[in-house]
Amino acid sequence: MTLVFPKESLSTFPKHLTPSYRSTVKRSPSKPLIVVPQTLSELTGPVYGHDAVQEGDADLTKQHKGEPLGERIIVHGHVLDEDKRPVPDTLVEIWQANACGRYVHNVDQHPAPLDPNFTGAGRTITDKKGYYRFITVKPGAYPWGNHHNAWRPNHIHFSVFGHSFLSRLVTQMYFPGDPLFPFDPIFNSVTDEKARQRMVSSFDLENTIPDWALCFRFDIVLRGREATPQDTDKH
Amino acid sequence: MSEITPSQTVGPFFAYGLAPKGRCHWDPNGTYSWKETVGDNLITPDATGQKIRVEGRILDGDGMPINDAMIEIWQADAQGRYAHARGERPRPNAKFTGFGRSATDKDGVYSFDTVKPGVVPGPGNKPQAPHIVVCIFSRGMLRQIYTRLYFSDDAANDSDPILTLVPADRRGTLIAHKELRGELPVYRFDIRVQGENETVFFDI
Repeated sequence: MTLVFPKESLSTFPKHLTPSYRSTVKRSPSKPLIVVPQTLSELTGPVYGHDAVQEGDADLTKQHKGEPLGERIIVHGHVLDEDKRPVPDTLVEIWQANACGRYVHNVDQHPAPLDPNFTGAGRTITDKKGYYRFITVKPGAYPWGNHHNAWRPNHIHFSVFGHSFLSRLVTQMYFPGDPLFPFDPIFNSVTDEKARQRMVSSFDLENTIPDWALCFRFDIVLRGREATPQDTDKH
Repeated sequence: MSEITPSQTVGPFFAYGLAPKGRCHWDPNGTYSWKETVGDNLITPDATGQKIRVEGRILDGDGMPINDAMIEIWQADAQGRYAHARGERPRPNAKFTGFGRSATDKDGVYSFDTVKPGVVPGPGNKPQAPHIVVCIFSRGMLRQIYTRLYFSDDAANDSDPILTLVPADRRGTLIAHKELRGELPVYRFDIRVQGENETVFFDI
């Protein structure tokens, strides 16, 4: 399978400079990006052995002596390419705040309690069908200093690789119906409504486990589509 | 219209998940850490070629260090082969992945220990000078930015098919300069995200 990485696919990505998200003002390139061809250097990308991930890394509720506080949830879905073909054997990493909206990172000074039973980092490798599954707790909303009374909607950070270094994606998964959506400049940095909705997970009743945990589905679609066949046999 | 999932910022708090053993000292008490998936030392016991260190700072539009960035590199081995299904195999140094990740420290400094990559094929099978593909993520970056690192002492730079597409007066921002200190030759590569002497980033 030969993949190509059309640049038009990036049209719904946020602009580097998005002044409503203040930190972009000094951290976005000001000169035009230079257009260059995609070479072997970009069309290849890291491949992972299963040794990068250990048993249990995908269950964030079992990394300490006790269970974390909060709403236990399952987050699962498929990693796909632009043609909706599965991306197997690819590394998916997540990190998130705890149920109170506090990150374990020492720079986070939000006065909400840390949970000794929750770190908030997980990783897994997609299976042959591109499927991944995490067990965690629902992260809380938290304030940040971007503007007066700024709060981030509940979200889980995702880092995904895919077929090449150009399919590399870092994004955030949101939860359906969050009242903070209209006020969040990071969420709204994606200006296309349909594209924004692709960052919002859907409630998955079918895979919710009775008496145990709600389930949310989050499919991730990466850059890269199968090259147009050069032969005419298929026409 | 494509339907890919949009990018969002990596934010300021990624380190305990993505770079748990990194230099950013996210956890001064060391109360939690786990095996990293990808680190800043790419040198494996079977790695061939010249061992080097790549080091630099990442600076913002005011020239201030970005102390919460993540930088990833992707490169060929010393013989110019990528450790990828599409790369040429078998390689004698199968453990060398050519992939690294570093968080920046409080001074905005990152570094990698690796080997100098070889020449790899470029467009039209024209050779590309030895280079490392660099990808940067940070709070305040809603999407990653790509650049390339070339080596100051490599004559092949003059005919590199990518470097020659860059305006001559900005090419210098892609060149890492060799310094002899410490155990390994150090290639210094500062990345200026914005402003005067802004590093060249690619639309790719």
